[in-house]
Amino acid sequence: MTFYIPQDTTALALGADSVASALQAAGIEPVRNGSRGMFWLEPLLEVATDTGRIGFGPVTANDIPGILDALEADASSHDLYLGPVEEIEYLAKQQRLTFARAGQGDPLCLDNYQALNGFKGLSKALGMSGQQIVDQVKDSGLRGRGGAAFPAGIKWQTVLDTLGEQKYIVCNADEGDSGTFADRVLMEADPYQLIEGMVIAGLAVGATQGYIYLRSEYPVAHRLLNIAIERAVAANFLGDNIQGSGKTFHLEVRLGAGAYICGEETALLESLEGKRGMVRAKPPLPAIEGLFGKPTVVNNVLTLAAISSILEQGAAAYQNFGLGRSRGTLAIQLAGNIKRGGLIELAFGVTLREVVEDYGQGTHSGRPIRAIQVGGPLGAFMPESQWDTPMDYEAFAAIKAMIGHGGIVVFDDTADMAAQARFAMEFCVVESCGKCTPCRIGSVRGVEVIDRIVANENRDNNLILLHDLCDTMEFGSLCAMGGMTPYPVRSAIKYFPEDFLLKDAGQGYK
Amino acid sequence: MNSTLEKTTDISGLIAKYKDLPGGLLPLLHAIQTEIGYLPDSAVPTIATGLNLSRAEVHGVISFYHDFKTHPVGRNTVQICRAEACQAMGSRRLEAHAKQALGINYGETTADGNISLEPVYCLGNCACSPSIRINDDIYARVDTERFDDLMSGLLIEEGASK
Repeated sequence: MTFYIPQDTTALALGADSVASALQAAGIEPVRNGSRGMFWLEPLLEVATDTGRIGFGPVTANDIPGILDALEADASSHDLYLGPVEEIEYLAKQQRLTFARAGQGDPLCLDNYQALNGFKGLSKALGMSGQQIVDQVKDSGLRGRGGAAFPAGIKWQTVLDTLGEQKYIVCNADEGDSGTFADRVLMEADPYQLIEGMVIAGLAVGATQGYIYLRSEYPVAHRLLNIAIERAVAANFLGDNIQGSGKTFHLEVRLGAGAYICGEETALLESLEGKRGMVRAKPPLPAIEGLFGKPTVVNNVLTLAAISSILEQGAAAYQNFGLGRSRGTLAIQLAGNIKRGGLIELAFGVTLREVVEDYGQGTHSGRPIRAIQVGGPLGAFMPESQWDTPMDYEAFAAIKAMIGHGGIVVFDDTADMAAQARFAMEFCVVESCGKCTPCRIGSVRGVEVIDRIVANENRDNNLILLHDLCDTMEFGSLCAMGGMTPYPVRSAIKYFPEDFLLKDAGQGYK
Repeated sequence: MNSTLEKTTDISGLIAKYKDLPGGLLPLLHAIQTEIGYLPDSAVPTIATGLNLSRAEVHGVISFYHDFKTHPVGRNTVQICRAEACQAMGSRRLEAHAKQALGINYGETTADGNISLEPVYCLGNCACSPSIRINDDIYARVDTERFDDLMSGLLIEEGASK
């Protein structure tokens, strides 16, 4: 019997290491796998038995002796027995492409990665021209998963077509949106997939150097990525003359330093260059003048990771998932006040209600859901009337909401939406790079105006002023930070106006 | 304090290591902070000369990023997530409790130099909120009681190391 206990951040945050120690005390050396993304079950102990891989969860160190006894007799008699892990409905109903390998084994084991179809996309790519690879990506319909949803193939074509001695592939792993963790799970559960995608991107556009810009809030991912890169170099999947092809690709992880704005691609490039993370005006596009002024592909972790399966299985297989112009799968991250939070990879088109009710099973507190924020701190708060919206980029854009990076944060009926609107402005104060006035000053004024509205100081006129300020920020800011901070603010006012009425001192607000 | 001063003179080795790395200033600042615990003002001219930058440029970078500290911090850094998913699970209550229990505000250090308290905007652990980070370890579903347990753990460790 082989035992698995994850080394993923969430599992560790819930005591996975003490479970591992308890197993070791019983003479068992567990495999430290990645997480399956069913976070409400973490730490999830998996046991590979003669009859398949079964799960127990959530387990603590104290449960280990009882589980070991049950395994001797009748595993299903144990209270924490979950049955075969891949038959758990939450997982079984998903359409896992990017996260197909997540949780299956030791994320750092190269043999395991290759046994599960790893590096097959790369070996195909090594036999193709740059243009052929770019065509595959175009045909797949893959759009950037970071939030802006720009067609990846078109971005790559621009870099391929731009002449340059040196080009770069930059992976945006500055996953700062609250409610998102898919990049982290991917990097912690299947780092070679990201490495493979980046090498393929390098082959496609003629770049020989890549950087993963990782946020410093992810220490576990940092450690795992560095080991994975070291092993990939040793096995010649990175470096010079990759697998005897004559092709070169070097890869390095660079750590951010706690700045949300560095998730914006041009601020990220400035930061990688060793500067303040100030947003650049576009044009020039990074594809033409990017890192150190050279043509650069900047893609999100999930975009680059998807490349390996697109090359392996073909563009058509990927394109078959999804609807409209949103092709492939979306990594939905269910978070906040939710009973069953976790990672849910599905084809585009599932409704928000299905996700929070069927997968999430409602709130953690057991109270009714009041608002759902999709797409991070710059996403709108959605009231119940909008929960039947299918998750596709255009359907969300049509109601002034956004899918962004796929994070869903659920709030129960105790949420104070005026406080949330104020927080949206406050966050912009803290995290604005300061380059443009609407964002830098507008957010400060926004906090003040909301305070006045809630304090019933000339409320009607201040509401008009707040809308006017939101217009200025939305249309006058250089990037989405200032440009979209009005989304959560306006949606809170529009759909939850009662929260902006006067409250007694000390009640709810702030 | 003496050891800190001695260490500030040691950064020439780190500068030599990072000065030719493209975009090497951030990795260098991280390395110095790991070594010394913060980025002393006295190091700025040395870094600037070493990397052929102006002092203003180095200062500008240090002051831009939340991670970089210009003053000594506590032996342990405790970060409380203030982002939306954690707020939906009561992190506002948790942060109020933390400030009260430790007797300090964000950006401050306890009088015994043991704990510095900081806000953080998302630890990527949003399905099991509220989350806090203590040094390099992240903890999930931290209510006020668990917070107190974790803090007394830091005091015990502190006692054991003496």
